[in-house]
Amino acid sequence: MLDLINVSYDTQIPNNVGLSQDKKVLKALEKWHPGYIDWWNKLIPQNFQESLVYLRTAVSVDPKGWAKFDYVKMPEYRWGVLLAPQVEERVIPCGEHAGQPAWQEVPGEYRNLLKRLIVIQGDTEPASVEQQRLLALTAPSLYDMRNLFQVNVEEGRHLWAMVYLLHKYFGRDGREEADDLLRRQSGSEEAPRMLGAFNEETPDWLSFFMFTYFTDRDGKMQLESLAQSGFDPLSRTCRFMLTEEAHHMFVGETGVGRIVQKTCEVMKENGIEDPFDVGKIRDLGVIDLPTVQKKLNLHYTLSLDLFGQEVSTNAANAFNAGIKGRYMENRLTDDHRLQQDTYTVWDLEDGKAVQKEVPALTAINMRLRDDYTKDAAGGVGRWNKIIEKFGIDFELKLPHEAFNRKIGVFADKLFDPDGKVVSGADYDKGLPEWLPTHADGDFIQSLMKPCYEPGQYARWIAPPKVGIDNKPGDFEYVKLHMA
Amino acid sequence: MSQRIDFQTDPTRYRHWRVEYDGEVANLYMDVDEKGGLFPGYELKLNSYDLGVDIELADIVQRMRFEHPEVKVVVMQSGKDKVFCAGANIRMLGGASHAHKVNFCKFTNETRNTFEAAEADSGQKYIAAVKGSCAGGGYELALACNHIILTNDSTSSVALPEVPLLAVLPGTGGLTRVTDKRKVRRDLADVFCSVEEGVRGQRAVDWKLVDEIAPNSKFDEVVQERARKFAAASAKPSGLKGIVLEPISRSFGEDGSVIYSLVEVAVDRDAGRATITVKGPDEDAPADMDALQSQGSQAWILRLARELDDAILHLRLNERELGLIVFQTQGDPVRVLAHEKLLLDNSGNWLANEILQYWKRVLKRIDMTSRSLVALVEHGSCYAGVLAELLWAVDRSYMMLEEFEGDNRPLASITLSDGNFGTYPMGNDLSRLETRFWGDLDAVETLKEHVGRPLEAEDAEELGLVTYAYDDIDWEDEVRIFLEERASFSPDAMTGMEANLRFAGPETMETRIFGRLTAWQNWIFQRPNAVGPEGALQRYGTGLRGEYNMERV
Repeated sequence: MLDLINVSYDTQIPNNVGLSQDKKVLKALEKWHPGYIDWWNKLIPQNFQESLVYLRTAVSVDPKGWAKFDYVKMPEYRWGVLLAPQVEERVIPCGEHAGQPAWQEVPGEYRNLLKRLIVIQGDTEPASVEQQRLLALTAPSLYDMRNLFQVNVEEGRHLWAMVYLLHKYFGRDGREEADDLLRRQSGSEEAPRMLGAFNEETPDWLSFFMFTYFTDRDGKMQLESLAQSGFDPLSRTCRFMLTEEAHHMFVGETGVGRIVQKTCEVMKENGIEDPFDVGKIRDLGVIDLPTVQKKLNLHYTLSLDLFGQEVSTNAANAFNAGIKGRYMENRLTDDHRLQQDTYTVWDLEDGKAVQKEVPALTAINMRLRDDYTKDAAGGVGRWNKIIEKFGIDFELKLPHEAFNRKIGVFADKLFDPDGKVVSGADYDKGLPEWLPTHADGDFIQSLMKPCYEPGQYARWIAPPKVGIDNKPGDFEYVKLHMA
Repeated sequence: MSQRIDFQTDPTRYRHWRVEYDGEVANLYMDVDEKGGLFPGYELKLNSYDLGVDIELADIVQRMRFEHPEVKVVVMQSGKDKVFCAGANIRMLGGASHAHKVNFCKFTNETRNTFEAAEADSGQKYIAAVKGSCAGGGYELALACNHIILTNDSTSSVALPEVPLLAVLPGTGGLTRVTDKRKVRRDLADVFCSVEEGVRGQRAVDWKLVDEIAPNSKFDEVVQERARKFAAASAKPSGLKGIVLEPISRSFGEDGSVIYSLVEVAVDRDAGRATITVKGPDEDAPADMDALQSQGSQAWILRLARELDDAILHLRLNERELGLIVFQTQGDPVRVLAHEKLLLDNSGNWLANEILQYWKRVLKRIDMTSRSLVALVEHGSCYAGVLAELLWAVDRSYMMLEEFEGDNRPLASITLSDGNFGTYPMGNDLSRLETRFWGDLDAVETLKEHVGRPLEAEDAEELGLVTYAYDDIDWEDEVRIFLEERASFSPDAMTGMEANLRFAGPETMETRIFGRLTAWQNWIFQRPNAVGPEGALQRYGTGLRGEYNMERV
């Protein structure tokens, strides 16, 4: 009998899926592995590859065992295949098969739909590592650098998780898709990543924090809905990934919070009351709050685009098939089939944003996006608490969903951040106040100087309240290899 | 569907396509206006198309030949990011009547055939440059091109997802061209047509679904280079100057009649009948090709083809209750022959060739029209040369025999020309006479001896050129009774019977598309598994799957 809780280390790959018994999958994965290592090695600058990083590694899936901390060189990180424990007698939670036993094997009729969902999810995981590959060069502290690498290796592990599913359940097609996940590259002209937001560069650390807060939160919502899948291996995979994803949100929320805190501190120390006195604030080497708002506007709206069209056939099909649920499907109290229900979505009528009722099945994307917006609002409130504490008259806000959209009913229409229709001239005039300008980018870039001394932080960001794994303030999170 | 569908358009009115002319290469961009659907109730998302989009394409292909003979290569590509073309609009199909779906497919098929044949007929080669998703009717657009280049970005694919997704067939030649034109092995074709997501990259080349793949970063370069290379290799002469296709003259009467300059459509609704009267030329044929070129689209033989084409399309789409179409001609057969002869004698000239090829297409369009077709050869008619083809396109023909009392028009005659022996082949690649006398080549050879001689009714009947010849005593009753009887039969049985009898002889890709593929598709279009309230086509977009009756029929 295999012990499903204690990961077997008798192969190259830590796992709790009985990999050593599964010769076929093992062989496929072992063949894929060198390509993966090659991908990793070419990605991050060499001196970081050689450095010892204080990383968390999942060694098993029970609450005590999934976070083991130690120094490790990233290429030697043990990317494992870990599934959350099987829930006895789990049933398909939604759609026309709701209530039937969850699938342990891929149902033939949904094979392609499932494969596509897994490929799209899988494609985002390595993409963000690619987008962030040069950030360590400008890390504001070893603490932040370590968090970056933690996020990176976990995205790498999430890729492993998706690749395992492709290898295990999708035969030759799955193997080819797994290879293509390494072939596509973020921002590549040759073979770009599948989703637009994952082809944008992450040029600086404020972008990184915003990305992990907003864009990784989209990832979280997607994982949440895949965790509700009637295809049990996918559900179990995603449930475990969510425990790691929570850390990415944490990095984002605290990162932005620490920037906001530092700005407020410096303003106070220097007697600046007006948050819009941008020149003065910048002269002090911190990031003014209006610029934080502009970055927020950008990353939030880019992330909204990731949810796709408000009314979507693919999302409807996936829900009805029972292979992708809603956020917290198991806590919802409706019939989980939605064949008669409606849901309110945005639409455009005579150029104005209006809300209207559409069949709930087709509005699955919109519903998930609404849940996302609620989820994303929490951290924004906590950032505002920091500003309030300093008595500064400024409030960060999520812009209206119509603003700056490239996908959906609002795509390429002119709205201001409050959701008001504006003329082309007013839009052009407002844009520098709404979205980061190149000049803003230059300024942020000018702050991006590495700070590699243990316990030291760049001047534009406050230290964290507590260390990782309760380590003291001067803990050396990364032992840099200085070749 | 009370709104009249108009097949006439021109570049100033295009909403869905644009063409950039670059010497011998034309770049044709599909950039469908979402809000530009022909009917309300659907949006043309992701470069999906409806009949309106296809009418523009047909116009472009036609003008490419007549107005831009300098063009040797046409690059069909998408004006949108990430999608080449998503195919026919599903919501449009879901909401359309059976008859509209069938007519839509027929017209789109004819348009595909037209640009597919442009290389052989006119020396204009179509390249499909596929970037982004190319599915269903989108891939069928590409399939009808002469060369397909797919970008190799590990995402873009070609696909025929109709069967798994919609429970219908790729009905615009997709299934047929995959096997007959691209010669994809049948089991691989079976795999290809069963997977929604299609095939991409090298496998698409290995399976012969595309001709080549190009690196994504160099895609546009490769495509333009290929276009220039094809243009350089073309045997077509350079520097040709086109003519302008001016708007046709047309007016609609209250009663449904349509008056063109050379064609009149009269309507008798109670009798379920439309009568198309074609007028012969009032003037002598142009002296030479220069004269013809300067007449341009006003030249009788081209003007007539355009008007007849429009009349047929109008009747097909807008007058579906008129099950019987009667052809009549009036004019001087000698002049008809002279106008045709100028073209036949100068068939190496680009314009002569284009007009002859166009007549071939118009006559095919008549062959393919699902109405009972009859020709009346009355006194004063001009069934000569190209117009005589009408007699063998129709299901039956009746000819006036000897003099009629009080009728002083010239006696009815039929005159064959060299053009009747291969210039205007049918979809089965045979001339109408070869099809008519299928298996009896001697009969066709015998007819050649009669070229240029007016054949009166007795001879014509004897030679098998008409169904019946009637004299003054019988004519009126016989014709009336036939027309009444014909109009009383089940239109479905008529369509089926006529389509079977019209195309004797061997199969070609074209007959397989219009016969086998279309017939199966039209059957599926009637079946609850596709179009019933729980059928896949109706349910598409709701998230609910089609519910199928699993009985095999």
